[in-house]
Amino acid sequence: MNLLDTSKEAVNQSRQERVTQKIQSLSPMEQEILVHQYHPDYKKEAYREIQFGPNQGEKTVHELADLLEADSPVADQNLSLTPDYSVDLLVIGGGGAGATAALTAKAMGANVLLATKLRLGDANTVMAEGGIQVAISPDDTPLHHYLDTLRGGHMKNDPALLKTLVEEGPAAVQWLIDIGVMFDRDLDGHLSLRSGGGSSKPRLLRCKDYTGLEIMRVLKDGVQNAQIDLLEFSPIVELLTDEEGACTGAVLKNIDNGRFIVVSAKSVILATGGIGRLHIQGFPTSNHYGATADGLSIAYRAGAQLTLQDTFQYHPTGAAFPEPIAGILVTEALRSVGAQLLNVKGERFINEMQTRDVVAASVIRECQEGRGITTPAGRRGVWLDLPLVDLIQGEGTLKNRFPNMVRQFSRYQIDITKDPVLVYPTLHYQNGGVKVDVDGESTVKNLFVAGEASGGLHGRNRLMGNSLLDIIVYGRRAGKATAERARKTDFKKPTLKHLDRFHQVQKEAGIIPTSVSPILFPDYVNRK
Amino acid sequence: MATATDYLVNVQIMGKPYAVPAGITLVQAMWHVGLEVTRGIGCLGGVCGACATHYRTADSYKLKSGLACQLIVEEGISFSLLQSFPVRKPTYHLDQITDPKQELFKHFPETAFCRNCNACTEACPQGIDVRAGIWKANFGDFKGSAEHFLPCVMCNLCVPVCIAEISSNQVGLYARRAQGVFFEEKTTELTTRINEIKTGKFDAEWNRILSMPTEALKTLSLA
Repeated sequence: MNLLDTSKEAVNQSRQERVTQKIQSLSPMEQEILVHQYHPDYKKEAYREIQFGPNQGEKTVHELADLLEADSPVADQNLSLTPDYSVDLLVIGGGGAGATAALTAKAMGANVLLATKLRLGDANTVMAEGGIQVAISPDDTPLHHYLDTLRGGHMKNDPALLKTLVEEGPAAVQWLIDIGVMFDRDLDGHLSLRSGGGSSKPRLLRCKDYTGLEIMRVLKDGVQNAQIDLLEFSPIVELLTDEEGACTGAVLKNIDNGRFIVVSAKSVILATGGIGRLHIQGFPTSNHYGATADGLSIAYRAGAQLTLQDTFQYHPTGAAFPEPIAGILVTEALRSVGAQLLNVKGERFINEMQTRDVVAASVIRECQEGRGITTPAGRRGVWLDLPLVDLIQGEGTLKNRFPNMVRQFSRYQIDITKDPVLVYPTLHYQNGGVKVDVDGESTVKNLFVAGEASGGLHGRNRLMGNSLLDIIVYGRRAGKATAERARKTDFKKPTLKHLDRFHQVQKEAGIIPTSVSPILFPDYVNRK
Repeated sequence: MATATDYLVNVQIMGKPYAVPAGITLVQAMWHVGLEVTRGIGCLGGVCGACATHYRTADSYKLKSGLACQLIVEEGISFSLLQSFPVRKPTYHLDQITDPKQELFKHFPETAFCRNCNACTEACPQGIDVRAGIWKANFGDFKGSAEHFLPCVMCNLCVPVCIAEISSNQVGLYARRAQGVFFEEKTTELTTRINEIKTGKFDAEWNRILSMPTEALKTLSLA
């Protein structure tokens, strides 16, 4: 037997005796030390200073800094700015936040255009497995939710954004149920609640391990039934602004025929999602194909401030094997029902229910110090003991509650009810983003940002189940705020004046751009 | 264990022959041979349905269907991405419907004409018993239908194979949403909490917490 099989056998052999094994949580101090030493957010050489613009002098990863300082794809196009569309609200992005905002604004009578890079629904939302957090059990309160999230975010969360999230959470979830989203129920018919990492109370509503798919399917159907104008395969490439710098619309690009589309709008909501496909520091990612941080560089060029742009979530348990699904999420919910992490010797090394940054740092530590397992493709990982779930919770639990996980691995002849799987941290979430107020408005007037592209709410580490809540609460708020604004404002002139200012500071910083952003797609094409 | 680069397999992508490393997915095979793909890729995790694909394998006369981000290349496989497919999506407003089970036949009249051929079930990459889900919807068992369609990724592969012209995935989604809106047991946890927040039950505690210094919040223990 090779080392991999020997190690796996050790895990299978020791399973029974680990059923009741408890492992101490690290103290806050020990957590800080572990995270500082091993979490990728603290790897100095991965970071550099942003050289100009609203966040000049602050740090972020090279991959993002390069995009923020790159040129606009319309800079030398002599583009005619005669609008092809004039709308109250232009929503950019067809994920959960964008769809929610569009539905909300449309229901309030706004004239809405939704444009998206891929298809409506192609977004990280659809892949969310774990659930949506909401404090509804009798012994739980919004304050508990607030404190848990604040501690999980290392006390760096924006208090106003966070208070709004936890207070409007129940109403947002009620809205989802009212439009036909179904969450798992207990035997007595009550909404079933589970625990997530870093949460002091059971607070997760879910739909098996298809929570995001369930929510996105309903939202997408809602957008279609509401007959909201839709432009698919039409990503944003630049914003439009007026003389005062307020946002007045956007330039899209039809990627089928390469033509630009000019949209004049009273407000724009950027719901462009995350950054995973930039593969920061070479990490695999759990994100969908279009997650290339488009909204960040576009908003930055228009003068919008970013916040916490230096912090990312590496989900502790991305698949490390088999190779075709490397980086794909193995949901945290499995750990909340008993799945344990084990190193090459079959030993546990962390309390699995600590926050994601702490658990991810501990996995990286094990691998760096030679206690990981190397896959045939050369990746490293540790074991996630899934059969233990059935042993603890009763046979059939994996099959009934995690059908997506069982199916994913069975495609590669791996039976997760019998064998552990190899996992390693995967780039999962952009903790920071464009700085916004409680209505989602950025520091650029009439430019709103919702969902993962915005920043501040989650601090330096997001808790499981808070992003699905984020996109619904803040999608609704941004949709409402922009619909109300449309009633009070007129169309303003769409110009590219902000690019002149951008080029000016770029020149002053001595930068000659050699690339353009957004990049729209990762480049996986073999050109040899 | 064989590694991905150990040997090559012969495949056909949209009718052209290529040799690609064994062990990779159909989407990865397209990248490997130098194809830019924009339409036909979404989540790359098997839940968005963007990469619906028709394919044939050397050992069978059957035209098969699946998700290109989940299928692994094999010797002799031939495949083409569906990329885009026109689907009839009826417009309905659940808040204006009174009898969703009867109204099913207004929006999807063809669903009553299922001829039990089971082609939809065979086409489904998610292993859904689509035919059973359709019949349960027809007979008013929306709960049963909803359970069948839970893992549906809306890839549309069940649609072109249907001899009764049913957009089965759309029927399943209608049944699911209607089940959620009309027939699931009503719960009070959410409305109770919403009212508590609205009537200021937590306001005093909020004032206390929001005035505390960050250091104190780190260790504060709530009742």
